[in-house]
Parts: sequence; structure tokens; C-alpha cells
Amino acid sequence: MFSINELKSQKTTQLLETYPFVEDFLSNNNISLKGYENRTVGESLNDILDEETKEDLGIDTEILIQQLQKHIENMLAFLGAAETKVETLTILPGTDKSGNPEKFKELVISKNEIICIVGPTGSGKSRLLADIEWVANRDTPTHRKILINGKDADKKWRFASSEKLVAQLSQNMNFVMDLPVNEFIQLHAESRMVTNITETVDHIMDVANDLAGEKFQPDTAITSLSGGQSRALMIADTAILSKSPVVLIDEIENAGIDRKKALDILLSENKLVLMSTHDPTLALMGQKRIVIKNGGIHKVITTTEQEKNILGELETLDKRYHTLRTQLRQGDILL
Amino acid sequence: MNFITVSGPPSSGKTAVIVKTIDAFKDRQLSVGVAKFDCLSTEDDKIYEKIGIPVQKGLSGTLCPDHYFISNVEEIVQWGIKSNLDILISESAGLCNRCSPYIKDILAICVVDNLSGINTPKKIGPMLKMADIVVITKGDIVSQAEREVFASRVQAVNPSATVMHINGLTGQGAFELSTLLYDEKQNHDTLINKELRFPMPAALCSYCLGETRIGESYQMGNVKKIKIKELEEKKKCSL
Ligand SMILES: Nc1nc2c(ncn2[C@@H]2O[C@H](COP(=O)(O)OP(=O)(O)O)[C@@H](O)[C@H]2O)c(=O)[nH]1
Ligand SMILES: Nc1ncnc2c1ncn2[C@@H]1O[C@H](COP(=O)(O)OP(=O)(O)O)[C@@H](O)[C@H]1O
Ligand SMILES: [Mg+2]
Ligand SMILES: [Mg+2]
Repeated sequence: MFSINELKSQKTTQLLETYPFVEDFLSNNNISLKGYENRTVGESLNDILDEETKEDLGIDTEILIQQLQKHIENMLAFLGAAETKVETLTILPGTDKSGNPEKFKELVISKNEIICIVGPTGSGKSRLLADIEWVANRDTPTHRKILINGKDADKKWRFASSEKLVAQLSQNMNFVMDLPVNEFIQLHAESRMVTNITETVDHIMDVANDLAGEKFQPDTAITSLSGGQSRALMIADTAILSKSPVVLIDEIENAGIDRKKALDILLSENKLVLMSTHDPTLALMGQKRIVIKNGGIHKVITTTEQEKNILGELETLDKRYHTLRTQLRQGDILL
Repeated sequence: MNFITVSGPPSSGKTAVIVKTIDAFKDRQLSVGVAKFDCLSTEDDKIYEKIGIPVQKGLSGTLCPDHYFISNVEEIVQWGIKSNLDILISESAGLCNRCSPYIKDILAICVVDNLSGINTPKKIGPMLKMADIVVITKGDIVSQAEREVFASRVQAVNPSATVMHINGLTGQGAFELSTLLYDEKQNHDTLINKELRFPMPAALCSYCLGETRIGESYQMGNVKKIKIKELEEKKKCSL
């Protein structure tokens, strides 16, 4: 990494060659280095940012150069960071809303596990999920502590915007961008600095189409996808492109996707899945259920064999329901 | 007293974030007040009053709200001190995306929302670029992909900011923000002689002074003309 002065005396061509992402940074600041190929960064920016342009863009040259230096530092950290493999999350007990200590010793959640969180509204489900996201260190209202891979967690999980611990999927989420599916995935892939973009786009398309009842094309506008197609794309994209090792799910509804498959996709990408749900089919797909009461973890139930039989029943019903939906959609007589 | 400036485009969730954050302060026995600055009218003061937060409101009327803000900030700070506040938060809406109310050495928070679109970060000037903390709201209604792209664009225009995600409806993330706001060691007893982080643009043209007629002969003072692409090219060719 170089100092501000070294940065200023670099040739622009050289800078862009070493750090191609600088171009994106500058374009986000409405600046183009076209025509300044053989000049130094300092000269070029001073020349581009004359008084009028500075005022128009609301930019101060010195601050811009400092920010550029910081951006390069952030990006190098992001690109260089070996992906932290999260194998386990450990919850150490805190207190419930009345200040009583929680009655478990420790709760370990491993990757490839699905954990459900149940409890009435206001009981503290979201707070537990927030404790995990913030890697609580006895400094939240619950006084819980979260360990990653059995150890005290790195502070980076709290503040690094490029590498968040938790990705979220929920009922209310929609696509708001006005783009075709392939360009949308491409945009996401670019922001994650993925190198094999075309393959990634194809892969996500395949997985999403496999999940969705009705197939969709790469050039379909994301805003015109059906509920099931959107959900399928969101899950495939989060599983494959999001770097976050933990996925929090707030109820994925029944809308035309195979939810068992959806969870399998997340697990196959080594995600640790936490799901807040009161849907019996989903809840029984988990290995364990955390029961929350009055802000505290009241008990942890391991899904029993008997319950798994119920899941079998529910899945049969679900399949039947799906078949009927498909028949309805295709204009058939329901059989 | 700690003084904190919160700014952001209209309806980005500033009031929601401030309310939820103050809520998170409740257990810490700190008294928090708000000074709300707006242009024509605001109902925000009622929202704050309803939950028992001391509030002052200032309406700039025909003036630029940010210019009005900086001309009155010292009065507000003195009010906060007299009211024995531990924390005074100012809320102001940036209207032109060009001014910003941030002051050197005073914590500056910018609130932007996921719904505003991924090109918004580069359209907002110093208000976003010069903030210490950028809070992104409305993540509950967009996809994970859009949240990630939006956050990366925010970080690209302000690489040194701490970026936080807050749900203004449920308050998720507000407790976490609250831990970054109060600093026992900070004590702002006056802002006199402190400086803005970035100068506000001059805006004294004849229309600022009440001119209503259209035409070049009515335009005086600080006037800037649009560059029509085709005309510019013609000029270049004829040179
Ligand atoms: N869905 C959702 N709505 C939000 C969120 N934050 C704020 N809002 C809503 O957005 C609207 C504008 O928020 P407000 O705080 O008044 O914005 P301000 O003008 O910046 O103060 C209100 O209706 C809020 O309830 C959020 O995180 N999610
Ligand atoms: N152990 C706890 N101690 C103190 N407050 C708590 C605790 N657990 C939850 N809360 C608070 O209770 C409120 C409701 O919790 P929340 O997580 O939103 O419930 P749910 O998601 O189950 O509806 C929140 O304000 C939360 O901060
Ligand atoms: Mg909740
Ligand atoms: Mg408001």
C-alpha cells in the first residue's frame, strides 16, 4: 500500500492496470481518466477538478484522494481475505427479559444444520437473530455471547460492509431494480468481484429454474417474475453469490417453490441456516428448534423420529398441493 | 453534551432511525433531545413529542434548509445544554443533494434507503461522501442481492464510512448503532468557531431574491447555464 504522495505521483495508466477497480470508484464519483493516460494521478485529478467541476460534483480534491487510498485498502482487504470458513456458531447464555439467566450451558450450531426458532410475537426471536448478526459480546440487551468456530469473534464481522456474517431472506422482500435477470445477477457478481461472471450467471439461472415451478428466461425482467420465480432466484443468488456464511430465513412462503430443495441448495453451499417460522413443514425440516420465551432461550428440542413421520405426511400433502397448482396453472381439470 | 447531526434525503427513514435509536438508549439513563430542521412543514416534531423526547423545530421557509441549519445550530446547541441533554441529535433533510450540514469534529450520520436505487449513492454529494456513519434502511423490502450491491456502492463513494443496516420499522440494528453514538469523553459546550466539513454552494441569483420572470435579461448574480450538447459540438467545429 502506498502513501498519499506515492498515490499522487503514480501514472494513471499504471494505477488502473494494477487496480482495475479504481475505474469503478472514479465513475461512482463521476470522474473519468480518459485522455489522461500519461499523466500522474495528482496532475490528472487537479486538472479535471477545476473550481467549477469541484463545486458541481461536491468534491474536494484532497479528500477524494484520501478516499481513493482508503478504497484501494478496502478492496485489497476484500480481495485478499481468505474466506473465513464458519464451521460452528456457539451461543453462550445471557438473561431473559426479566433478568433471569438462561438455563442452557452452550448451544452449538454447525454448518449444514438447519435450526428453527419458534416463539410468540415479541418473545425475542428477532433479538436472537440480531445477537448472532452483531456477534454479541455481552453487550446487547440479552447479555448473550456468540462465538465463531468456538472462539471469540473478529470485530470485522460487525463493520466490514463487504463481508457480513449474515444474509437474510424474507417474505416481504422483492426485487425493486428494473433489469433483466441476467444483467441483475451480473451486477451482483461484479459487486462481489467474481471473475467468471458468465458461468456464475448460468449456474444461478439453472439452480433458480430448477427451484421454480415455472421456468423463466435470462432476459425476463426481474420485476415481472412471479412470486415463486422471484423467491427461487433470490435463494439461488443468495446461496451462490452472497459471501455471508449464515443465512437467516424469515418464513419462506409456499408460493410455487420446492422448499426442501431450497434449503438443500443453501446447505450445499455450506451455509448455516437459521429459520424463524411457524410453518410445521419448514420447522420439521430443521434438526433442532430453539424455543424462545420472555426473551430467553427456553429450551432446545431435537426433532424426534415421530415428528419426522409427521413431516412425511405433510410433504405428501404439499406434493399433492403442488400438483393441483400445476394442473390449475396449465388449465387442466384437477385430478 | 454530545451533538450528532443526522442527514439524508427526504423519507429515507431519518426519523424512524432516530426514534428507534433513542429507544435503545432508554436503559442507559441518558437524556436525548432532537432538533428537527425542515423546509416548509414537518410533522416529525409531533412524533418525537408523542414519545416524550424534547424537541425543537426550525422551518427554513424560502431559505435553503442547510444554510438555515448552519445559521441556527449554535442556538440549538445552547438550548440542548440548558435542557440538560446528554445527547442532542439534529435531523435535517438534504434537498438538493449538494449541501451537507456536517461539521468538523461532530459525528455525522447519513441515512439512505435501499429503495432509492443503486445509482443514488453516486448522485448524493458531500452529505453521503463526508459522513462518518452511513445508515441504510428498508432492507426488509429488497433482496439480499440488492442490499449487497447498494452497500458496496455506498462504500465505494465513502470508503471510510462505517456502514450500518437498520430496519426503521422494527428497529433491528438500532441498538447496534446506539453503541457508536455516545462518547462520555465528548463534550460540546459551543460550536462557535467550528467549521463545516464542506462549503455549501453559493446560491444567490435573481430567483433567490424573488424574481419570477423567465429570460436571460432577468438572470443576475450567480447564474449557471446548461450546456446543450449539439451546440457545444458546433462551437468546437467552428473553432
Ligand atoms: N419497510 C420499511 N419502511 C421504513 C423503514 N424505515 C423507515 N420506513 C418508513 O419510511 C417512511 C419515511 O420514514 P421517515 O423516518 O419519516 O423518513 P425521514 O423523512 O427521513 O425522516 C415512513 O413511513 C417509515 O415508516 C424500513 O427500514 N423499512
Ligand atoms: N433477553 C432480553 N432481554 C431484554 N430485552 C429483550 C430480550 N429479548 C428480547 N428483548 C426485547 O424484546 C422486544 C421484542 O423482541 P423481538 O426479538 O422483536 O421479538 P419477536 O421477533 O419474537 O417478535 C425487543 O425490543 C427486544 O430487544
Ligand atoms: Mg420478529
Ligand atoms: Mg423525518
